[in-house]
Amino acid sequence: MAQTAAGAIDDKLLKKRLDKALFRNRSRAFFLVVPLLLFLLVAFVGPIVYFLTRAFIDDTFSSLMPETTAILADWDSTTEPTEEMYAVLVADMVVARENKTIGKVATRVNRDKPGTRSLFTSTARKAAKLEAPFKESLIGVKKKWGDIEVWQAMKTASAKYTLGYYAAALDLKKNSDGSFERQDEKRRIHITLLTRTLKISFLVTIFCLALGYPIAYLLATLPAKTSNLLLILVLLPFWTSILVRTTAWIAMLQSQGVVNDLLVYFGITNDDSRFSLIYNQLGTLIAMTHILLPFMVLPLYSVMKGIPPSYVRAAKSLGATNWTAFWRVYAPQTVPGIGAGAILVFIVAIGYYITPALVGGQDGTMISNTIDDHMRKSLNWNLAAALGGVLMVVVMTLYWIYDRVVGIDNMKLG
Amino acid sequence: MKRVTTVLAAALAATVGVANAADTVTVVSWGGAYTKSQIEAYHKPWIARTGNFIVSEDYNGGLAEIKAQVEAGNVKWDVVDVELSDAIRGCDEGLLEEFDISTFPAGTDGTAAADDFLEGTVYDCAVANIVWSTIYAYDSTKLSNAPSTIADFFDVEKFPGKRGIRKNPKANLEMALMADGVPAGEVYDVLETEEGVERAFAKLDSIKDSVVWWEAGAQPPQLLADGEVVMTTAYNGRIFNAVASEKKPFEIVWDGQVWDLDLFVIPKGAPNKEAAMDFVKFSTGTEPLAAQASWISYGPVRKSSSSLVGSFHDQPDLKMDVHMPTAPNNMKNALQNNFEFWADNQDQLNEQFNAWLAQ
Repeated sequence: MAQTAAGAIDDKLLKKRLDKALFRNRSRAFFLVVPLLLFLLVAFVGPIVYFLTRAFIDDTFSSLMPETTAILADWDSTTEPTEEMYAVLVADMVVARENKTIGKVATRVNRDKPGTRSLFTSTARKAAKLEAPFKESLIGVKKKWGDIEVWQAMKTASAKYTLGYYAAALDLKKNSDGSFERQDEKRRIHITLLTRTLKISFLVTIFCLALGYPIAYLLATLPAKTSNLLLILVLLPFWTSILVRTTAWIAMLQSQGVVNDLLVYFGITNDDSRFSLIYNQLGTLIAMTHILLPFMVLPLYSVMKGIPPSYVRAAKSLGATNWTAFWRVYAPQTVPGIGAGAILVFIVAIGYYITPALVGGQDGTMISNTIDDHMRKSLNWNLAAALGGVLMVVVMTLYWIYDRVVGIDNMKLG
Repeated sequence: MKRVTTVLAAALAATVGVANAADTVTVVSWGGAYTKSQIEAYHKPWIARTGNFIVSEDYNGGLAEIKAQVEAGNVKWDVVDVELSDAIRGCDEGLLEEFDISTFPAGTDGTAAADDFLEGTVYDCAVANIVWSTIYAYDSTKLSNAPSTIADFFDVEKFPGKRGIRKNPKANLEMALMADGVPAGEVYDVLETEEGVERAFAKLDSIKDSVVWWEAGAQPPQLLADGEVVMTTAYNGRIFNAVASEKKPFEIVWDGQVWDLDLFVIPKGAPNKEAAMDFVKFSTGTEPLAAQASWISYGPVRKSSSSLVGSFHDQPDLKMDVHMPTAPNNMKNALQNNFEFWADNQDQLNEQFNAWLAQ
């Protein structure tokens, strides 16, 4: 009895000590990754989440024109705006002018109704001097204030939570009654760009696979001495700046460039009808395929390196032809490498923007170029966030499909 | 890219013995020959006068960086050279410090600053320093008969060959309308209407297949030099410098030029606001503005400067006055960029332009 009791205590003690030791190890491991985790949270996850919320939260109008926002909430968007509404608007404009925030308000409304920006800024300059009845005096300053569409645009802009930006990212526009319809045909651009982005990324992936597979095969089967040398040839461009490689392609492909000069020299084309190889989709495809090729070659190479040559030899000794041995025995074993390479190339390609910006011309630019444009030039960060959100959803969906079809566990990076 | 002129400043400061009191002011501009002209005409004399340092940085225009710095409360830039539409927008959004023009130095001829600056070059938060222009240029060795009007640029039958055009609706729509016969004075009235915009796009459409699009100001001279295009729209100063410094056989066609301003602004909360203010006042003085014009063919905005504009800095025979966008001969059929029109319609026209490109 006593012995078993002592044993039980020992067991408990041992277990406790084991738990303690395991906990110590786990927490030590945890503390080691804490800096990385914090870094990721602060520098990566946080900003992305914050930025994505910008796509549907926009309090510019509601915070800067609070009284107008309140009164617009009770307005049904169809009846004639009342004198009271005009009076509140003028009062808000006077404050916004003093605080130097009228520009923000004007920019916000201008997004829903182009041409209203100067309406706000120029009226605000005179707002302090306006007298009742405000409806008349506002229309006196600018006739446009009588236009109900301006009020509808303000009502749309006053919503703090809006789907308007996501709608714009999908080439839809929001009507004043809250329903959505397709954007005017001549302003539809994002869907076109998105399909083009997917198409280019897909083609680049295919080209990289077609070019990268034989290279990786060669690297994996040649003797170490030669293959190391060749591997350096693959890695050297990988270590070179993207900008330099893209610019090099411009020198190669432009109509007075090396490739065209050679084609003219060999009489394949004549001097007046040189090929347009760059500043179009073809240029983007060529330059991106070249730049992304190492992302395909490296995973393929590491997977192929791990395939014992004896398998193919065995297949051949059992009577398989060279082709059958390759296709039925070798190729299936490289699938994890293909999977890894393809998804790497595709996902990197889908967000590419420097290369298309430089060599894309009019039909070779991608959705990321538009996002960049909204970030840096139009300063419509909300729309940029919505476009980024759409892109992220598309990538995740494709990733999910990929997982169902190929299986993400099948992927091998090395 | 940072070009630091501090070495020179440090040497100077050491000799004068004021090293302790010196500020380091960050001045941001567009790079290339343009920044070079500003370093020679504004930075160096100001450094010599005050003993302060200047760090010169390049950027590609736009308000994004200023907006990000001001909103994050971490302003790094003291003085920025911006386009007019950005200056107005930045001011409206409260991103910029305000200027008081009455504190600016009078012209060398005694005219008060407020009267000395050309009309429409001084704003609440911005003071212009140069007039620049979008023109088109061609390689005279490649074309047997010389184009002379804006309509010629859009005439691919009379002048076959590729055209370089900036990938942006700004200035292009205006030029297209002028080429289509709209007088300069009516361009923006026509563009206000939907039919006017259609008309401009239809004109652009007529040469769409021959267009090589450019984005950075350094590209057009390169496109011309490489024989990639026979004519291209460009900023006049870039073409002038390719001709003057690199002896390129380029010619500028001034007919239908769209001129614009570059202005100095100070981001709100700039770290060295006082020194930055002093720099702007000094640089937009009569003499620095005139000196600037001997490095690049952008016109000074002070009336008192124009009589002081001399020759190109290293070529005494090359008189600068006839190469300015504001020279009477070049102004015969010229249009000033209308910032208000673009502030109102930029987003919509950008979308339409991009959709048109993608067709």
